[in-house]
Amino acid sequence: MKRLMAFVRKEFLHIFRDFRTLIILFGIPAAQILIFGYAVRTDLKDAGIAVLDNARDGVSKELIQKIEASEFFYVKRYLASYEEIDAAFRQGEIKAAIIFPGQIAASVAREGSATIGIIADGSEPNTASLVTGYITGIVNDYSSSLASAVTSSLPLIVPEVRMYFNPGLKSHFMFIPGVITLILILICALMTSVTIVREKEYGTMEVLLVSPLKPWQIIIGKVTPYFFLSLVNVIVILLMTWFVFGLPVRGSIPLLIAGCMLYILLGLSFGILVSASTSKTENAVFISLLTLMLPTILLSGFIFPIENMPKVYDYVSMALPPRWFVGIIRAIMIKGAGFGYIWKETAILAGMTLLIMVISARRFKTRLGEEGR
Amino acid sequence: MNAVDAKSITQRFGKITAVDDVSFTVSEGELFGFIGPDGAGKTTLFRIAATLIIPTGGRMTLFGLNVVSDFRELRNHIGYMPGRFSLYTDLTVEENLQFYATIFGTTIKENYHLIEPVYKQIEPFRKRRAGHLSGGMKQKLALSCALIHKPRILILDEPTTGVDAVSRTEFWEMLEGLKREGITIIVSTPYMDEALRCDRIALMQQGRLMGIDTPAAIRSSYGKKIYAVSHRDRYRLLLALRAMTDVDSPEPFGEAVHINIREGATVDDVKKSLERAGLEGAEVTEITPGIEDVFLELMKKGS
Repeated sequence: MKRLMAFVRKEFLHIFRDFRTLIILFGIPAAQILIFGYAVRTDLKDAGIAVLDNARDGVSKELIQKIEASEFFYVKRYLASYEEIDAAFRQGEIKAAIIFPGQIAASVAREGSATIGIIADGSEPNTASLVTGYITGIVNDYSSSLASAVTSSLPLIVPEVRMYFNPGLKSHFMFIPGVITLILILICALMTSVTIVREKEYGTMEVLLVSPLKPWQIIIGKVTPYFFLSLVNVIVILLMTWFVFGLPVRGSIPLLIAGCMLYILLGLSFGILVSASTSKTENAVFISLLTLMLPTILLSGFIFPIENMPKVYDYVSMALPPRWFVGIIRAIMIKGAGFGYIWKETAILAGMTLLIMVISARRFKTRLGEEGR
Repeated sequence: MNAVDAKSITQRFGKITAVDDVSFTVSEGELFGFIGPDGAGKTTLFRIAATLIIPTGGRMTLFGLNVVSDFRELRNHIGYMPGRFSLYTDLTVEENLQFYATIFGTTIKENYHLIEPVYKQIEPFRKRRAGHLSGGMKQKLALSCALIHKPRILILDEPTTGVDAVSRTEFWEMLEGLKREGITIIVSTPYMDEALRCDRIALMQQGRLMGIDTPAAIRSSYGKKIYAVSHRDRYRLLLALRAMTDVDSPEPFGEAVHINIREGATVDDVKKSLERAGLEGAEVTEITPGIEDVFLELMKKGS
């Protein structure tokens, strides 16, 4: 036990004396949360639109007012002719243009219906569909109120949509759990693999191996400091999401932390596995980034819904721990779910952790490998 | 019981044979040296002794414990210093020593008497990071760390390479002190002058042992007379000697050139030939052969 403590102490000294390690440990996670939280967003806010109002009557004015009153849009430009639309899009100032035909109020009164045109910037498909969706919603809303006023009878079927768990459809609800997933596995796997491989590079591993330290003591000694620092990281991230983005944890915080601990353990075990297969720091970094970053971003369901992918990717993603952790963390943070709802994901994650731990402990050599030549 | 007992140790890495059928014994309390050029297989042999590599063939025991099957037990008794400086450069002198003391299950205090002669020289810098020490001080720290658990055997792989001359002398004085404490030491070195301080030395080349004996016996095993020739223009001297038929195997050594004189020729013959070559005032004196001379002779025979 004394030996282990000495090892852990040494690791902490390494970490706190290396500025780069500290930056990677604490600077990058904070930066990522801010970047993903602020810069990368898929919800709409203050999108500029252009209006070509050929009618200039009661209906068109009211509609424009309603659109502008929403927090999603503001009218950037009033256009005078159809030709100006093209220029406005090319200048990139607007996300959509709304065209009102002449005498829209009269047409509504006479025929009971009218058509307005919406042109969206198709070069950004996601934004375009959001914009058209939102505008359509506002127009539908308005037309149903108009219909009930005119005919004084109930309109046909009106859907009342409510987004459960995330009424504002805010994208950080989606991103923050994903970013935590990504950061934790990256930091844990990267840091442990690098710190073990560095001992090989510096030749200190040779001396450690000749000591009476057992492999498990070296492994536990290496992993313990990173385990605690990663936990600190989780807490920092959660506080940031709460204070900066106003995203509270709806479920039990101890449950969330426990889930994170399991996932951290998995990341650390993976790092040991990586370190066992290489003796160069660059290789360790490369393997960790390549095998973790892309699959986590693409296949964990954190940005791209797995349901929309071909079945093959669904199966592939099942083999990846991040998919299960995203499920757990989303359920706890946003849905406020209890353990009863995430036991399956937790069991799978625990199984994976155990498997990786066993493999990595077995592959950790008690002697010099090929690099011994 | 021998401290080291190696029988037919062979180590292959793919097609390369790094150590080729090496057998030797080291008695307890002996200071045993390996000399040989880079790539002779010394490091590989030391790693086998330090339980770090399993040899392809042969058998080695330290104090009767097999380096392969009894490695766990052995690791309590070995003090190993790899050829490269391998302490934590971001930890201070004291932290390094403390760390190694603890992982070997001891304390600095318990074995302070053992490391004192070495450690007291670097103790004034104990708060300094190991990475900021000079080469000589790094070696002293590494030796202190290898010694802190009172090992029965020290395995030192080229401990003085890249260390200044004064520190080298000091280092060897320390080794002699440790020998008096009863610690067996095996050490490798590329410096022939250091080999003289060993009880016995083994000459190694291309993975093979070319001879084991005391330094004195090795020197006297040189069967021929050897002469040192010196002149201020050493380069021309070397060229002239190489061209002479009376002279055998001229080798530059420091300020002089060591030569053998072929049978039938005399020192005067050589002097005259040198004068004819325009090298007046060259001195030719008989000397006792050094380890290098023997080593070079053996290398020539070997290849």
